[in-house]
Amino acid sequence: MRALLPNSFSKISGIFIILLFMAYLAYASLIFGVIDTSWQNAVEAYTNYNGTNEHIIIKEVRVPRVLNAIAVGFSLGIAGTLLQSLTRNPVADSELFGLNAGAALFVVIAITFFGISSLTLFTWIAFAGSAIAGIIVYILGSFGREGLSPVKLTLAGAAITAFAASMRHGMLVINEKALDEVLFWLSGSVGGRNVDYLISVLPYMLLAWIAAFLLARPIQTLLMGEDVAKGLGQRTMLVKIITGVVIVLLSGSAVAVAGPIGFVGLITPHLARYLVGNDTRWIMLYSGLLGSILLLAADLGARFIAMPAEVPIGVMTALIGIPFFIYVARKGLSKG
Amino acid sequence: MRNYHALRTKKDLLSLHLHNKTLWVSVIFAFLTVIVAVISLGMGEMNIHPIDVVKVFLGMGSEQHALIVQQFRLPRIVIAILVGASLAAAGSIMQGIVRNPLAAPDILGISGGASVAAVAFLLWFETSSITWLPPIAFLGATLATLLLYVVAWKKGVTPFRLVLIGVGIKIAASAIVTVLIMFSPFMLQNKAVLWLTGSIYGVDWSDVIMILPWSAGLILLAGLLGRRVNIQHLGDDIAVSVGSRLQIDRFLLLIICAALTGTAVSVGGEISFVALLAPHIAKQIIGPSFGGVLVVSTFIGSIIMLVADLIGRVAFAPVDVPVGVFTSAVGAPFFIYLLYKNRNR
Repeated sequence: MRALLPNSFSKISGIFIILLFMAYLAYASLIFGVIDTSWQNAVEAYTNYNGTNEHIIIKEVRVPRVLNAIAVGFSLGIAGTLLQSLTRNPVADSELFGLNAGAALFVVIAITFFGISSLTLFTWIAFAGSAIAGIIVYILGSFGREGLSPVKLTLAGAAITAFAASMRHGMLVINEKALDEVLFWLSGSVGGRNVDYLISVLPYMLLAWIAAFLLARPIQTLLMGEDVAKGLGQRTMLVKIITGVVIVLLSGSAVAVAGPIGFVGLITPHLARYLVGNDTRWIMLYSGLLGSILLLAADLGARFIAMPAEVPIGVMTALIGIPFFIYVARKGLSKG
Repeated sequence: MRNYHALRTKKDLLSLHLHNKTLWVSVIFAFLTVIVAVISLGMGEMNIHPIDVVKVFLGMGSEQHALIVQQFRLPRIVIAILVGASLAAAGSIMQGIVRNPLAAPDILGISGGASVAAVAFLLWFETSSITWLPPIAFLGATLATLLLYVVAWKKGVTPFRLVLIGVGIKIAASAIVTVLIMFSPFMLQNKAVLWLTGSIYGVDWSDVIMILPWSAGLILLAGLLGRRVNIQHLGDDIAVSVGSRLQIDRFLLLIICAALTGTAVSVGGEISFVALLAPHIAKQIIGPSFGGVLVVSTFIGSIIMLVADLIGRVAFAPVDVPVGVFTSAVGAPFFIYLLYKNRNR
C-alpha cells in the first residue's frame, strides 16, 4: 500500500497539521457547551480569576475535560495499534475483546462483595479486570489449527462481554447502592472528572507510552512472522508478553480515567496506516494523535446531541466506530 | 421405515413423516415443561404445594391460592413459555439456514434491531396502543436482518462475515438504544435498562394476549416450512438441483426468524443465549432434522426460560433478578465451549 505521506518531511509536517487541528478542537471544547463562553474568559480564568460561574466552569470542567480527552485518546490510539499488531487482526479493539466489560465487572464485584470505594484501588481493579478478560479472549481466540483468527477472537470477545455485562447487571440489581457508585464507570465520559484522576494515572500512561515506542521496532520485526522474528534472534514470547502488559496498562488507565470507551483503538491505526505506511513507530504516533482528535470530537458531539443531557462518550465512539468496523470487516478479511 | 410413522389426510393435503424417537422425546419434554411450570407456579413469596396448584386448575383449590396462581403468577409463567419457545424456534431457523453452530439472532444483532425499534416506539408513541409493540419490534428485527444481509453480502454471504458484521450491528444497536434512553423520561429509563438485559418482570394477561397469536402462528408456520430447511442442509447446489427455490425460501425463513425474535423482544427485551442453547440441546438429543429440532427446542427453550425466571424470582427474593442474567450465565460458557469445539472449522 502506498502511504499518503511518503517521506519524513511530509510526515513531520503532517504531525504539525494534526496538532493544529487538535488545538482547534481543544479550543472549541473549552468554549462551547451548555454554557458558551469566550476565549477571553478562558484566558482570564487563569490570569485574572474572579470566581464567576464561567471561570469556575472553565477551570473545573472544561480544561480537565480537554486534558482527559487528549490523554485518553492518545492511550487508546496506541493501545489499538499494539492490539492489532499483537493479534494480527485488523478488527481488534478493547471494546470488542471484552477488556472494557472485564474492567467494569471487576469494579462492580469489588464494590458489591468487598465494599471497596477507594478510587485508586478501582484503578488497579480495573487493570486486573481488563487483563483477565484479555487473557481469556486471547487464549480462546488461539485455539485450533489456524491459531489466532479474527472471527474467533471477535466471537470470544462477544461472549465474554455478554457474560460480564449480565453478571454486572445482576449484581447491580441485587445491590442498588452500588449502582450509584458505579454508574460513573459504566457510562464512559471524559467530563465530570477531576484532573486529580488523570494525574494519579498519568505516570502509568507515560510509562506505557514510552514502552510502546520502544516496542515499535521489535513489533515491526514480529509482524514479519513469528518464525522470521525468531530466526533473527528475537525472543518473541517476551515481546508478546511485554506488549500485552503495555496494552493492559494503556486501556486500563484509559478506563480508569474515562470509563469504557470503545472503537477509538479500532479506527485510528487504520487511518494512521493509510497516512504513513508501514513504519510502526510513525503509525503509533499518528494513531495516538488521531485518537486524541477523535475523542475530542466525540466529546463535543456527545455534548450537543442530547443537549442539555450528555450522551456517554463510549456510545458516540461506538456509533462512529461501527460503520468503520463493518467497512474493515468487509474489506480486510476477504483474504481469509 | 420402521422408525417412522406416516400421517396422511385423505386427499394428501397434508402428509407427515413422524420420527418415532422424536415423537416420544417431544412428549417427554412437553411433560417436563408442564411439571416445571407447575413447580414454578407454586414458588414465590408464598409457597404453594404443587398438588394445590394442580387443584386450582381443576377448580378445587382455595380462593386465595386461585388468586395467586391465576392472576399473579400464571401470566408470567405463560410469557416465559411463549418467549422461550419463540426464541428457540428463531434460533433453530437461524442455525438451519446459516449452517453455523454459533449463529443466533441475539449474537447477530437481530434482537438488537428489535429493541431499537421497540424502545423508539415506546419513546415517541407513548400514547399509542401497546398491542402495536410486537409488529414494531418485528419490523426492527427485519430491518436489522436485511441490513446484516446486505452489508455482509459480497458475492454471496459467508458465515464468517455474517458473524463479524452481526457482532458489529449488535453493538451499534445497543449504542443507539442507550442514546434513545438518554432522551426518554425517567420512568421509561428504568424499564429500558431492564430491556437490555432481558426481563419478564411485571407482565400480565394483556401481554399474553399481545404475543400469543404471533408466537403460536409463527412457530406453526416455521413447522410447515420445515422440509425447506432440511433441503438447505444439503448445501446450496444440491438444494437448487432438487427443486428448492433456495433464495426465496431462505428469505422467507429469515423473515419468520426475525418475526419470532421481535415477538420475544417485545415483552422480554434482549434475553440472550436461549436461542443458541435450545436448538443445540435439541440436536444433541434427536439429531439434525429440522422438524424435530423445532418442536423439541421450543419445549427446551420454554424450560430454560422457566427455570431461569424461577431462580431469578426466588433466589434473591425480594429482589427480582432479570432472567437474562441467568440465561447468559449458562449460555456464555456454553458458547465458549462451542467456539472451542468448532475451533478447526
